[in-house]
Amino acid sequence: MVIEVKKPLPRPLAAVLWAAVVLLGAASLGAIASSRGETVNAMWFILAAICVYALGYRFYSAFLAAKVLALDATRATPAERFSDGRDFMPTNRWIVFGHHFAAIAGPGPLIGPTLAAQFGYLPGTLWIVFGAVLGGCVQDFVALFCSIRRDGRSLGQMARDELGAVGGAVALIGVLAIMIILIAVLGLVVVNAMRHSPWATSTVAATIPIAILVGLFMRHLRPGRVLEGTAIGVVLLLLAVFSGSWVDAHPTIRAWFDYDGPALALMVILYGFAAAVLPVWLLLAPRDYLSTFMKIGTIVALAIAIVILNPAVKMPAVTQFVDGTGPIFGGKVFPFVFITIACGAISGFHALISSGTTPKLLANERDARFIGYGAMAVESFVAVMAMVAACVLDPGVYFAINSPAGVVGADAVDAVTKISSWGFPVTAAQMHDLAQSMGEATLFARTGGAPSLAVGMASIFSSAFGKSLLAVWYHFAIMFEALFILTTVDAGTRVARFMLQDMIGNVVPAMGRTSWYPSVLVCSGLVVAGWGYFLYFGVIDPLGGINSLWPLFGIANQMLAAIALCVATTIIVKSRKALFAWVTAAPLAWLVVVTSTAAWQKLFSPDAKLGFLAHANDLAEQLAAGAITGTAAAQAPRLIFNDRLDAALTLFFLITVWVLVIETCRVCYAAHTGKRCPPTAETPHVPSRLVEDWVRD
Amino acid sequence: MIELMRRCWQTMRALSGDDAYERYLAHRREHHAADEPPLSRADFFHAEQQRKWSGVSRCC
Repeated sequence: MVIEVKKPLPRPLAAVLWAAVVLLGAASLGAIASSRGETVNAMWFILAAICVYALGYRFYSAFLAAKVLALDATRATPAERFSDGRDFMPTNRWIVFGHHFAAIAGPGPLIGPTLAAQFGYLPGTLWIVFGAVLGGCVQDFVALFCSIRRDGRSLGQMARDELGAVGGAVALIGVLAIMIILIAVLGLVVVNAMRHSPWATSTVAATIPIAILVGLFMRHLRPGRVLEGTAIGVVLLLLAVFSGSWVDAHPTIRAWFDYDGPALALMVILYGFAAAVLPVWLLLAPRDYLSTFMKIGTIVALAIAIVILNPAVKMPAVTQFVDGTGPIFGGKVFPFVFITIACGAISGFHALISSGTTPKLLANERDARFIGYGAMAVESFVAVMAMVAACVLDPGVYFAINSPAGVVGADAVDAVTKISSWGFPVTAAQMHDLAQSMGEATLFARTGGAPSLAVGMASIFSSAFGKSLLAVWYHFAIMFEALFILTTVDAGTRVARFMLQDMIGNVVPAMGRTSWYPSVLVCSGLVVAGWGYFLYFGVIDPLGGINSLWPLFGIANQMLAAIALCVATTIIVKSRKALFAWVTAAPLAWLVVVTSTAAWQKLFSPDAKLGFLAHANDLAEQLAAGAITGTAAAQAPRLIFNDRLDAALTLFFLITVWVLVIETCRVCYAAHTGKRCPPTAETPHVPSRLVEDWVRD
Repeated sequence: MIELMRRCWQTMRALSGDDAYERYLAHRREHHAADEPPLSRADFFHAEQQRKWSGVSRCC
C-alpha cells in the first residue's frame, strides 16, 4: 500500500517564501496607503490583494480548518452518503469550485466598489481585502462546513434547527426581503445604463432572442450540448454589440430603442414577469450559460489588461466626501463604506449558496476550505479590479458620470462647475468628447455604477488591446453587465416566487404546488410587483434612486450575513469550541455595529440626503410651500410615501438583526452553561468509503 | 501537445457541464446497473435544468 503524499517544501524554504509574501504585501499596502497627491500604479492594488489573500488562505483558513472546525477527511460527505447521481454527487473539487464561483459571483462586486470610490480608493480597497479574509471568506467557509455536517441543509433550516423557530422565521423573511430590494436595485442599474442609449438598449434587447435561440438549440437540436450552444450565443452577442452602432446611426431604427427611464423601468418589469413564468430551459438557463462565460472571460481579460497596462490610479486615496457630503450617496465613510461594499467583502447571500447546492457535490470535507474560503477570495479580487477600473478614470469624469442631476444640476455647465469646485476639474467639452468616443449622447448623471465601470473598462481594454474600438468596448461592457444582472433578476424572481408559494402554501395548500399555473402567475406577479414598485420609484427619484436603494440593499445583505454568522457562532459554541467562537463572533459584532449605525442614520438623520424620514419631511415642506411644481409636484406625495416605506423596511431589518443576535446570545449562553437549548443537529460520523477505496488500492 | 489540448478540452467540458450526461451514464453503470434504464440525453438535460433552477443558484 502506497499513499502518495504531496511533499511539503523544506521548512526553511517555505518560511523564506512566506516571509517574502508578507514583505511584498506590506510594501504594496504601504504604497497604496501612503500615496498622497501623486498617482499610484494599479499594480500595487493587485499585488497587495493577492498577497493578503495568499496569507489569509495559507494561515488563517488553515487555522480554521484544523483548530476551529476540525475538518475530517475520513468522514463521508452528504454527496457520498446520499449519492443519487443527481442532487447529491461526489464531484471533482475543481469542478465544484467552478460551479460555486459561478454561483456566488454576480454584479454586486462590480457595482459596490464603483459607488464606494466616492470616498477615494483607500477605504473601499482596505475593506474589500481585509473584510474578505477575516469576514466574507470565513462566513462562506463556515456556512459550507456547517451544511456539510448537516446533510446539506439550507441556511433557513439550520437557523431553525440551531436557534429555534424564531431564528428560522426571521431568516426566511430576511431572504425574501433582500431578494426584492436586490432585484429592484439591479434593475435600476440596467435602466440607467440604457436610458436614451439606442446602442445599449438594442444590444441588451438582443440578448433576449439570442438566449431563446440558444435555449431552443440546446433543447431540441442538440440536447445538452452546452459548449456548442454557448459558442453560438457568444458569437451572436458580439455581433449584437457591433450592430448596435449601426442601429445608433440609423435615424428610424434608433427611435425604436430610444427610451427614457420610466419607460425602460416598465419594460424591465414586464420582462421580469415574462421571464419568471416562462420555462427555465427557454430563457433563464441558456442565458445563464452565456452570462457565466462572458463574466469569467471578461474578468480574466480585465486582469490581464491591468497587468499589461499598469494604469495609473488618479482618484485620491481619500476624498473630502468621507465627511458624508458625497454626491453619489449620502453618509460618512463609517458606516457607509461597509454597507456600500457588501459583495466582495462579505455577502450574506453567499451563505445561501454555500448551504444549498455546493455541499451536495463535495466529495471530501477537506475541500470545504479550498471551495468556501478560496472562491470568496477570488470574488473579492474581482471587487478590487472593479475598484481599480473606477479609480483609473479622472476623478472629475467619475463624479460627472455618477452624480445624479438632483445633486449637481441637470445642465452640463452647472454640473462641471459644481464638480470642478470640489477640486475635481472637468469640463463640458471633455465630457462631450468622452461621450462621443463611447458612442453615447451624454454621460452626465448616468448613476448606478454600470456606465462608469464600462467607461473605465473600455479605456483599459482599448489601451491594452487597440485604441480604435472605444465605443464597442464600452457597449460590450454594458452588455456584459446587463447580461448577468438580468440573469440575477430572473433567478431571484423565481427563488422569491418559490419561497412565497411555500409560505402561502401553509395556508392555502393548492398555492404551494410550485408548478400549478394559477399559483405560478399569482406569486410571480406579487414578487414582480414588489421589486417593480421599488424600481419604478428609484427611476423617478430626483436623487437618482441609487442613493436610497443601494444602502437598503447593503443593509439587507449584511443582515443576511449576520444571520449566517449567528448560526455559525451557535454551532461553534455547541460543538464545545467556545474558545474559538470569536472567528465568527468578531465579524458578527462588526456587522451588527455597522448595520445598526447605518440603519439608525438612514432612519433618523436630519440630513435630507441621508435620512429617509428627513427626506420625506423635506419634500412635504417644499410641497406645502409650493416650491415644487409640475410633474415633480404630482410625484412628490408618492415619493414621500416611498421614503416612509423605505424607513419602515430599514426599521424591520434593524429589529430582525437584534432579535436574532439576542436569540443567539441566549442559545449560546444556554449551550455553554449546560442549560436547555436545541441540541446541535450535526449528523453522526460515517467513515468515508471513498477514502477507504483509495487506501485499499 | 495533443494530449495537453485534449486535457484542456476535457476540463472545459467538465467545468461547463457539457459532459454531465456522460458522467450520469457512468454513475448509472457503476451504481444502478440493475435499476430501470437511464434517462435519454434530452430527458436528462431537461430534468437537470429543472432541478438546478428550483433553488437558490445565483447570487448578487
